[in-house]
Amino acid sequence: MSWRGSRGVTLAGLLVVAALALAAALAPHIVPGSPTEIASTQALRPPTWSQPFGMDDLGRSILSRVVHAYRVSLGVAVASVALALLAGAPLGLVAGYAEGAIDQLIMRPLDVLMSFPAILLAIALMSVFGTGVALVAFSLAVVYTPIVARVVRAAVLAVKVEVYVDGARALGAPVPRLVLRHILPNAATPVLVQASVLMAIAILVEASLSFLGVGVRPPTPSLGLMLADGRGFMVQAPWMVVFPGLAIMAAVLGFNMVAGGLLRIEPVAQAAGRS
Amino acid sequence: MLSYATRRVALALPLLLGMSVLVFALMRLVPGDPAVAVLGYKATPEGVQALREAFHLDEPVPQQYLRWLGGVAHGDFGVDFRQNEPIGRMILDRLPVTIELTLLAAACTALIGVPLGLLAGGRRGGATDRAALAVGLVGVSIPDFWLGIMLILGLSLGAGLLPSGGWVAFGESPLKNLIHFTLPALTLAMSRAAVLGRLTRAAVLDTMHRGFVEYARAKGLSERAILFRHVLPNAAIPIVTVLGLQVGYMLGGAIVVEMIFTLPGVGRMTLDAVLERNYPVVQSTVLVIGAMFMLVNLATDLLYGAIDPRMRRR
Repeated sequence: MSWRGSRGVTLAGLLVVAALALAAALAPHIVPGSPTEIASTQALRPPTWSQPFGMDDLGRSILSRVVHAYRVSLGVAVASVALALLAGAPLGLVAGYAEGAIDQLIMRPLDVLMSFPAILLAIALMSVFGTGVALVAFSLAVVYTPIVARVVRAAVLAVKVEVYVDGARALGAPVPRLVLRHILPNAATPVLVQASVLMAIAILVEASLSFLGVGVRPPTPSLGLMLADGRGFMVQAPWMVVFPGLAIMAAVLGFNMVAGGLLRIEPVAQAAGRS
Repeated sequence: MLSYATRRVALALPLLLGMSVLVFALMRLVPGDPAVAVLGYKATPEGVQALREAFHLDEPVPQQYLRWLGGVAHGDFGVDFRQNEPIGRMILDRLPVTIELTLLAAACTALIGVPLGLLAGGRRGGATDRAALAVGLVGVSIPDFWLGIMLILGLSLGAGLLPSGGWVAFGESPLKNLIHFTLPALTLAMSRAAVLGRLTRAAVLDTMHRGFVEYARAKGLSERAILFRHVLPNAAIPIVTVLGLQVGYMLGGAIVVEMIFTLPGVGRMTLDAVLERNYPVVQSTVLVIGAMFMLVNLATDLLYGAIDPRMRRR
């Protein structure tokens, strides 16, 4: 894939993500009907022009619920990755810059966190701390912190032996300046790639947790919860499971495209298997 | 080779210990009295007291941990007071289901992903390549559990081809057993096959540029012979490694898949225990699945070292 082609993939991914984020932000103004209002006369209505995704078992507009659910999906994705960056980047930076005992002291405990499959650790955390949107984001941040730390540490280790870093050091640059001005900016690309992969996974994991009953609590619209509700009606009303699933896929695909393009389509999604 | 292996194994032991500390500490973070949380609305003062004694909750926490660890080291995970059954036995009963699911899914992953990647990488930039890339990108983005629901909807409820859930012991009827595992294994495999396909493509393309491939081509070997005799064996190293890592991740994915297809595995046991706030069971299954995940990764590392001699020196 050419450089131009891969840039196109990233741009297309950004467009998808931006469109979904915009829809979520404007949700109350653009959707056909309330996401939570129950109208039993409308129950299980198939898709129509005015309600293209149909109605659920309680007569709620599935399109409205999907668009509102993106607030949860994207909110969890952004919050969890931001928290993980805040916690993980400094840890990785210090570990990579200091090496030796400090490195061991920081990284070995993080290795323990990474020794569990992501979803299992998230479920275990949710079982201890309870359910809800904020806790899903927090659990994911815990799962992600060691991943971010590892990526930043690796980037720092690779960059700090470069000549321009030596040069800056020889010119007497203090350590904080050296790290922030000369080392950190070079870790940006791998961190960016990792961040978009992690956002894709966050959307999958939030949906999975909510689907399993250990994530977002009803009646908050969540794509995973909608799938769980729809399972009982999938024969009479397949639209109840088809559209929320497609909605998850669209968001995940958007973030994967961003990451994939950034890496020029080479194997990106290795981490995606973690979900 | 031996030193590489010993080094990896030596790193695994403290990791396992750390995992047990984490799991134990996590379950002690449950707000309130764990005995009350476990018993729920049925909690009577006598019941709480009995549970506190049974789990030695009156002892200092480090002593509780050591007692638990000592038991776990002997395969004794304590007794589940709900089923009144040893937790170790419950896990052992369910483990074969999860392991079979994971292995079958791994086989599906390899059988779908590797040919897809070869097809794409064999002719770089062609229509097949671009189509396979797109399929890969979409495949990676499909949520497992949604795919499972769609397969149930289409293939079992719609076409009536395969059962939508349930499980038959292999010893009872191997054929029925495999039929019941088909949809769950495919569900678990699909997104991983997409990842493996993309990786296979990248590995093949990477190897294609090497000098020995140019040489083989100059020798006049057919493209097919080059692909299978020279490219694939070299590309196999990253493929096998990633497949190994995927087997580990499947242990996590199995939780969701076992729930959808009502398979009686350890993943479903974990989820049921979480929903029932049955913390002694959660603590045990999380540690067991985590340990298996870590051991699979360790085995992958060792395999990597075995098939790629260059790795041993690192």
